[in-house]
Amino acid sequence: MFGLIRRKTNWVSSSNLLLRRELCLGANGGGAMEHLINQLQSHVHKVLAGGGPESVKRNSSRNKLLPRQRIDLLLDPGSSFLELSQLAGHELYEEPLPSGGVVTGIGPVHGRLCMFVANDPTVKGGTYYPITVKKHLRAQEIAAQCKLPCVYLVDSGGAFLPKQADVFPDRENFGRIFYNQAIMSSQGIPQIALVLGSCTAGGAYIPAMADESVMVKGNGTIFLAGPPLVKAATGEEVSAEDLGGAAVHCKTSGVSDYFAQDELHALALGRDIVKNLHMAGRDASTNGLLNMNYEYKEPLYDVNELRSIAPTDLKQPFDIREVISRVVDGSEFDEFKKLYGTTLVTGFARIFGQPVGIIGNNGILFNESALKGAHFIELCTQRNIPLVFLQNITGFMVGSKSEANGIAKSGAKMVMAVSCAKVPKITIIVGGSFGAGNYAMCGRAYSPNFMFLWPNARISVMGGAQAAGVLAQIEKGNKKKQGIQWNKEEEEKFKAKVVDAYEREGSPYYSTARLWDDGIIDPADTRKIIGLCVSASLNRATENTKYGVFRM
Amino acid sequence: YHVPTRAFSEQRIQKILIANRGEIACRIARTAKRLGIQTVAVYSDADKDSLHVASSDEAIRIGPPPARLSYLNSNSILHAALRSGAQAIHPGYGFLSESADFAQLCQDNGITFIGPPASAIRDMGDKSASKRIMGAAGVPLVPGYHGHEQDIDKMKLEADQIGYPILIKPTHGGGGKGMRIVHTPDEFAESFLAAQREAAASFGVDTILLEKYITKPRHIEVQIFGDKHGNVLHLNERDCSVQRRHQKIIEEAPAPNISAEFRAHLGQAAVSAAKAVNYYNAGTVEFIVDTVSGQFYFMEMNTRLQVEHPVTEMIVGQDLVEWQIHVANGDPLPLSQSQIPILGHAFEARIYAENVPKGFLPATGVLHHYHIPVSSGVRVDTGVKEGDAVSMHYDPMIAKLVVRGENRSAALVKLKDSLSNFQVAGLPTNVNFLLKLANHWAFEDGNVETHFIDNYKEDLFVDAKNSASAKEAYEAAIRSASLVAACLIEKEHFISARNPPGGSSLLPIWYASPPFRVHHQAKRTIELEWDNEYDSANSKVLKLIITYQPDGRYLIETEENGSPALEVKATYVKDLDFRVEADGVINDVNLAVYSKEQMRHIHIWQGSFHHYFQEKLGLKLSDDEESQHKPKSDSSSIPRGAIVAPMAGLVVKVLVKNETRVEAGQPVLVLEAMKMEHVVKAPSSGYVHGLQVTVGEQVSDGSVLFNVKYPHLLGHQ
Repeated sequence: MFGLIRRKTNWVSSSNLLLRRELCLGANGGGAMEHLINQLQSHVHKVLAGGGPESVKRNSSRNKLLPRQRIDLLLDPGSSFLELSQLAGHELYEEPLPSGGVVTGIGPVHGRLCMFVANDPTVKGGTYYPITVKKHLRAQEIAAQCKLPCVYLVDSGGAFLPKQADVFPDRENFGRIFYNQAIMSSQGIPQIALVLGSCTAGGAYIPAMADESVMVKGNGTIFLAGPPLVKAATGEEVSAEDLGGAAVHCKTSGVSDYFAQDELHALALGRDIVKNLHMAGRDASTNGLLNMNYEYKEPLYDVNELRSIAPTDLKQPFDIREVISRVVDGSEFDEFKKLYGTTLVTGFARIFGQPVGIIGNNGILFNESALKGAHFIELCTQRNIPLVFLQNITGFMVGSKSEANGIAKSGAKMVMAVSCAKVPKITIIVGGSFGAGNYAMCGRAYSPNFMFLWPNARISVMGGAQAAGVLAQIEKGNKKKQGIQWNKEEEEKFKAKVVDAYEREGSPYYSTARLWDDGIIDPADTRKIIGLCVSASLNRATENTKYGVFRM
Repeated sequence: YHVPTRAFSEQRIQKILIANRGEIACRIARTAKRLGIQTVAVYSDADKDSLHVASSDEAIRIGPPPARLSYLNSNSILHAALRSGAQAIHPGYGFLSESADFAQLCQDNGITFIGPPASAIRDMGDKSASKRIMGAAGVPLVPGYHGHEQDIDKMKLEADQIGYPILIKPTHGGGGKGMRIVHTPDEFAESFLAAQREAAASFGVDTILLEKYITKPRHIEVQIFGDKHGNVLHLNERDCSVQRRHQKIIEEAPAPNISAEFRAHLGQAAVSAAKAVNYYNAGTVEFIVDTVSGQFYFMEMNTRLQVEHPVTEMIVGQDLVEWQIHVANGDPLPLSQSQIPILGHAFEARIYAENVPKGFLPATGVLHHYHIPVSSGVRVDTGVKEGDAVSMHYDPMIAKLVVRGENRSAALVKLKDSLSNFQVAGLPTNVNFLLKLANHWAFEDGNVETHFIDNYKEDLFVDAKNSASAKEAYEAAIRSASLVAACLIEKEHFISARNPPGGSSLLPIWYASPPFRVHHQAKRTIELEWDNEYDSANSKVLKLIITYQPDGRYLIETEENGSPALEVKATYVKDLDFRVEADGVINDVNLAVYSKEQMRHIHIWQGSFHHYFQEKLGLKLSDDEESQHKPKSDSSSIPRGAIVAPMAGLVVKVLVKNETRVEAGQPVLVLEAMKMEHVVKAPSSGYVHGLQVTVGEQVSDGSVLFNVKYPHLLGHQ
């Protein structure tokens, strides 16, 4: 019954949104999503506690704060903080690695947005696991894209040695951190390091490569080799403080620039450094601001209703306009090509006064929908309007008719447009993200500036059931060649295994643990997060888009 | 009867010089302005920017801050009056108001002194003389000895005759200086001699008078007014019994709990007193009333407009300064005795900058926040404005709060309300004390006498031993601190969302309230130091943990066990005014915030509560050695006490010889390098040793130049 109402209401004009909302609320109740959100929050609360009470206690006994507390003290008082990938490393290794051992995110200091990268010393001594490196690099990638000054709150024992093969040698491994620092510094993006704890071996290069660095007396140490290694190598016996403490580096070696008496002092010095950045890293022509309207209207509908709009059963379609009307200012959405290629919804709106072009899925992508999408992206790049993708896509239409119509050609056009678009791109997966649909709707491979998932999201090359069907057919063929008859029961068992694997690997936690996204969000926060992301993306100058060859 | 002469009606006053400062100068200017009379203020260097200068049409400098060089400098003031062309001088109260010489000086220079004749001032100025005159006029006097013979034995005899307890008092001066109460004959001699010494030191005259000491006295005074045609009337009485350090703090009119008959008697006696000295203009006859016997006695006459005159104005509906000007112009009194009404009841509370717990010691400071209550029937006479300083040079009175009601209880309700809305921040005041006083049951009953404060000191002062009230005070402080936190944070968001810090154009959502966090709520900590009345030695630091709630409220917790979390919703109104909801109670909250000496000072007023907190600004950093730059020598290869060349250079001077004693920091030799001279100093005191370099010698970087050693070390060489 619910589906029926939904389908019927797909064509209701926006003036009837209110009526529709009541219908869908009446039918859903949001119980399943509520459960997913509670589950999400309990996972997050676990990681917010860091590496457990013992190590937290040890940390505070050294007059050290936790990474989020450190960031809070650097931020402007009472300002927002867009934390990224809180659940990185979730069930990824044998041992838990809360938030992947590093806290990253964006927030303002003296009115200037900065990217923070804060090691969590309570999690494995702040050492770098492969996912820690990945998260650090992702933060740098965002900073480079958005031209955000980087503030590194260093308190780390360096690479996690047992996993050195996955941490050290490759292109996107540990060394890339310093490479990025060098490149960003060369681009005028300030690199600031606050050494609040140890900073050993490779880690020593974080402050050394920084434009400016601060060290805390007593806690902060920088050395290529710690006292035990020095003793082993040269026989010299020296304390950590004498080897690489704040006094040594601020007075003698010059490795650090500011001597902090304690952690609070270091954080205050960090704020002062940002205060004095002036125009560093900022292009003279700031993007998009000309068209900014600070006076904005809240959506007409309660954003909390987003929790009950998306069904947790992805087979249930829902109108993406329900989401849009709870995300955009005043629920005002000027739809482009509303009557053409209706499975893709495109249109203009504002979020916290910032103009955006929204592309949302309302079903399978057909030829027309893909062409419409490519057209709309061209409009937005032409006008320098940030793009917001609301993904709920099972894929492009298959079948002979579709192929004959050149669905691959149409899809390629949209993929070309998405790939080349140089306006800020933000992707939110509000439902399924399957197959080439993921590509056309700016999945991770298309480098959106930010990408978040709802807790009901699913990402995979195809649906679990479909994959099971395909694999079962192949397996059946193979068995047949070998002359083995497959009974129904065995086939079902085989299929169930595939479905299970898809279910697990398609889960948002599987994705977010591996940093295939920037975090799982509460649907009710969607508006705020898109607003913050767009604002952060506009920190840089505009870039002109140049497309490749569109197959016509 | 005084006969009017031609001189008085020659010229009407068109311009008045106000020979005073503060609230009374402003108050006089206000009436003058209403009458179309121009005003000239005088000011000392300390008062150049003060309110009384701004309130007048013109102002003339009369000297440096000390009063004796400015406001007490008759010549300077007279000169100012002549220079400005003023026809009259209003002396206000205090300063020259009761100087017969000054009144005479004015008259001699053709300037009208707005006050009584110099002769009356002189007559009443000498307490012994005034009592003689009053006695002769049939005004009742306290039994006592006012004779010239000051021999101690004679005095003792007189004292024994009057009966103990007895009051010893200098004939000149006032303000309680030199006064002594003697309870038994044995104490007399010692007290008498002490009083004599003090009188001599303070007033230059050591004559002493003796009086019967009244154990339960009330201080009731009568406002009288006379004109130059011999008419004198009274404007009812004022009760000024509530005093601290022998100075009035709350006055009221009419006096509570007295009969109409008694009032008439008092008034009659006062009029007789005035007539006895041919008085004109405003004056006050003070009586002491023995509450035990119901007797009243003449104490003294104040030949000026009193500080507390507004309570009389409130109940008679007249402007006494206007009357003063009329009388000075030679006009007859505008009303007759039977036309003087009593319109309800009025109180005056004097707001002082003073330190109540430290025995009402006068305080100084800047009025960083000053808000006075505005309401019908409420009058505030003030001489200061926000940002002004209360200096040590003058009286620390900030304002007079005057209220009128239909009857005493109605007026008292208004007094309490106005006091709780009287907001001063930046210096300690007696407002809280006045509030306690006004709320005291005995005061409500009109049960006043001069020992009121002393009698009820347990109720009026904070009792540090009372743990129940200490706990209550602590809880109230926590609540106030929580409201402070909520209001300050709310205002911070209001401002930064409109004007992001650093002048940036950042989108306001980064500063929205509540600040955004992914899957959790932002928290912050505020530490407020509470000025605890119950334990002034230990100002307590209240640590508040504030959690932003999704609906914009603040959940505020303290580290204290058992104190419940408070959820506060603060709505910003304007400036530092808020409407706050906590625990379902909604009320107005006013804050005052200013920064001084690395501290943010925060005052909060809500309901009848006023709390004061301090918050540290910035970080307290120790100047430890490590954070300083010190050139380091390589300690391993150089012996202790050796001084090495800081750089390669040429020795241009050698200032001491080997084995000479040097003090730490004393120059020993001078090097020249890179076109600059570098003085090499002794690092510590001791004897120079091993100095081998000579002038013209080239030294290399790090080479040892000399040693500084102690003699006992030398001996071992």
